[in-house]
Amino acid sequence: MSLSTVRPATAASPELLARKAMFIRLETVRLSRIAGAGHYSAVFSAAELLAALYYSELRVDPENPRDPQRDRFVLSKGHAAIGLYPVLADLGFFDPALLDDYTRLGSAFGDHPDMKKIPGIDFSSGSLGHGLSIGFGMAMAGRMSGADYRTWVVLGDGELAEGQIWEAAMSAGHYRLGRLRAVVDVNQLGIDGFTKDVMTVEPIAQRFESFGWATQRIDGHDLPSILAAFAGLPDADDGRPQCIIADTVKGRGVRRMELSPDWHVGNLVGADYDDVVAELSAGLSGGGDLR
Amino acid sequence: MSEWQDQSEIFNGTSDTALKDSRSADGNDRRGTTAFVFGEELADIADRDPRVAVLTADLARSNRAVDFQQRHPDRFLNVGIAEKNMITAAAGMASCGYVPFAATFASFAALLGCEQIRTDCAYPRMPVRVVGHHSGMSMGFYGTSHHSLEDLGIMRTIADLTVVCATDENHLRAVLRASMDHPGAMYLRLGRGRDPEVYPTVPEITFGRSIRLREGSDLTILATGSTVRPALDAAALLAEDGYSTRVVDMFTVSPLDKDEVVSSAAATGAVLTVEEHNITNGLGTAVAETLFEAGVSGARFKRLGVPDEHVLLGPPAALYAHYQLDATGIATQAKELMR
Repeated sequence: MSLSTVRPATAASPELLARKAMFIRLETVRLSRIAGAGHYSAVFSAAELLAALYYSELRVDPENPRDPQRDRFVLSKGHAAIGLYPVLADLGFFDPALLDDYTRLGSAFGDHPDMKKIPGIDFSSGSLGHGLSIGFGMAMAGRMSGADYRTWVVLGDGELAEGQIWEAAMSAGHYRLGRLRAVVDVNQLGIDGFTKDVMTVEPIAQRFESFGWATQRIDGHDLPSILAAFAGLPDADDGRPQCIIADTVKGRGVRRMELSPDWHVGNLVGADYDDVVAELSAGLSGGGDLR
Repeated sequence: MSEWQDQSEIFNGTSDTALKDSRSADGNDRRGTTAFVFGEELADIADRDPRVAVLTADLARSNRAVDFQQRHPDRFLNVGIAEKNMITAAAGMASCGYVPFAATFASFAALLGCEQIRTDCAYPRMPVRVVGHHSGMSMGFYGTSHHSLEDLGIMRTIADLTVVCATDENHLRAVLRASMDHPGAMYLRLGRGRDPEVYPTVPEITFGRSIRLREGSDLTILATGSTVRPALDAAALLAEDGYSTRVVDMFTVSPLDKDEVVSSAAATGAVLTVEEHNITNGLGTAVAETLFEAGVSGARFKRLGVPDEHVLLGPPAALYAHYQLDATGIATQAKELMR
């Protein structure tokens, strides 16, 4: 049964998506300056993933953000919301000018996303470890109601240390929720350093597979790889839930931030701000060390 | 029958009197009230309301969610022993149009799932009904891990969360029915399914409005959940000694019916709160806050509950007597207050 009235996103070219990823990074730098602090690097690792999802893959309609048949999206690593807001504004979910008051008293837009205040946010997040359970519930609701939407959850690798993630992974595998998709942004760092030093989360693929999930591992900054991974996902309600493990670089795009534990939260001021904007505007060059 | 059920039945079979003895057509023992009609009543509601869904964490038999499962298997979800996942998943389902009832022991719902209730249910105002059953010390000799004498205090501190105690079977039915169209998240506190009758028929209820069960002029007893019946029985004992006691069912702990609290204190001059909960931050504290802020002066006041300690082990009825939460104990405390 196909109930979707939401138009599928038109497939976008990697070139367009690369420009959108640059836009995400530049907007993150701009909005962080308004707040005086920002989660730059956790957005930079996920910029290509967010661009590919929102400009190519998700079935959502900015004119009808609560369409019951839309794909659901949960940003479990809610601190990357500063990179998601500009995308939603760009797609037409709300007036981009609203972002000029980012984090100011009374603004709808804070460090973590609020579903009750922001069109296009399907669930509030911020407390790490919850998002996969939210997605599990959304996917189960889709099954119960006979809908055919897909549920997407973007997780960080650091939050895989939360026990609740594995409660959700176990239950989604048990119930074979084939339309649930987890995308893990493996940017290698938490706040206190490398996850391999703070708390080992590998082997991520084997761990999800042992809970009944299908997995793929890709370069999370390589847009053709991302698009190919999304395109190859099965779309049956009854099947293994799908986990895409995206190897990324925390801070990708700004040399001083790449894989640096000093930039989980930061504030660019003065000439540093201009330097970073210039660096980002030149586009991604080589560099960044994947795992 | 599992080992757990055996133990549960042994436990539930101890002590209490004033039980109705009825058996359903399927042979299940339905004596008593609250938790045992939870699944059955929701199944009835679900017959006409497609929004109802029920989740539990490997306790479908304890809370009788199994009665819902048998009639609506497509809207029943058992997540295994994973309470945090259950509560958050219920929030995800609620965001997709369901009114999910997520049920487990109150100690695990409110203490283990506290942050999930705050962040995923109350803050985004999801219509999740977190059902904490076997609350207070009603799990008796199971011990502190299975007691929830802090849940009202924790839950009433959370904004945008309605906190309700079911009083008996008929009241629980009323609460479940009324909850369907109540906005936002709720915490429903249930007993162990053996709470003696207070309401002979399903009452009309409004969340946030208390129910005055007995009129009186010397004292007001404000009770909630399992202490309402013994409060009424205490009022009868007090009447034998010449005291006229008002009894109010404060079934909504948050938001509190402040008008009734203030007017009862003014009318009777003495207020005794009674709850199966730690004396800290439960109904009694909420009443004290209300009275003090309203400037009610001169009223005698006492909170009766569990002192700030981890309670003894024992059968529930023995514990209630020990902590003076039975009719005799309440009457004793009331007389001391009025002396």
